[in-house]
Amino acid sequence: MSYQEKKHLVNGIGSLLLFAVYCWFVLQRHEAGSFDSTASFRFWAAAILILIPLSIAAKIILTILFNIVYRMTDREKEPSFSDERDKLIGLKATRNSHYAFVLGFLLSLGSLILNAEPSAMFVMLMFAGVASELVGAFTQLYLYRKGF
Amino acid sequence: MVKLSVHNHIRKLRFDRDEMTQQQLAEKVGVTRQTIVAIEKGNYSPSLELAFRIALVFGSPLEEVFYIELPEA
Repeated sequence: MSYQEKKHLVNGIGSLLLFAVYCWFVLQRHEAGSFDSTASFRFWAAAILILIPLSIAAKIILTILFNIVYRMTDREKEPSFSDERDKLIGLKATRNSHYAFVLGFLLSLGSLILNAEPSAMFVMLMFAGVASELVGAFTQLYLYRKGF
Repeated sequence: MVKLSVHNHIRKLRFDRDEMTQQQLAEKVGVTRQTIVAIEKGNYSPSLELAFRIALVFGSPLEEVFYIELPEA
């Protein structure tokens, strides 16, 4: 496995783990409190807004740790720049990632039309965000492995 | 439209140039070593500019470095 393949695999698994742990905390807090509809909106909005900087910080820490481990185990320095292939793969991954998010966004709006709880829309939005991140990471992994 | 598969003689050309390493070639053309690996394996078709850069490093015409296999009719 090349540096990029390992990096995107670690990123994907890291995002998944972070989201699972975060969901567990959020659901615990949600079950502990009783919310009226306004408080419920505030709770889920805060849950999404906190997840964004948390996932960015986790990604930075994960990248630093991964680079340290990669240098120690593979005895090779990580590439210091992105070349044309990296940029092309990045663009394709971003496109797929956007498709995944738009699909999740539309489904979350659809849930409101089908008279689902407003909190369901927020949960679906959160899932769409993580799903789009995973689609991006695994698209990159796939393209680095298979080529194009 | 049939997708043409682009192949290359980079491995042989590197061998002929005092066993130039993939890293050395990558540095000369300004890409990462992983991209050279992908090109050699046929997993990535480089841009026209990069293809010319690689040919220039070997001092060979483009068609001596890269070639296509036409699908049988």
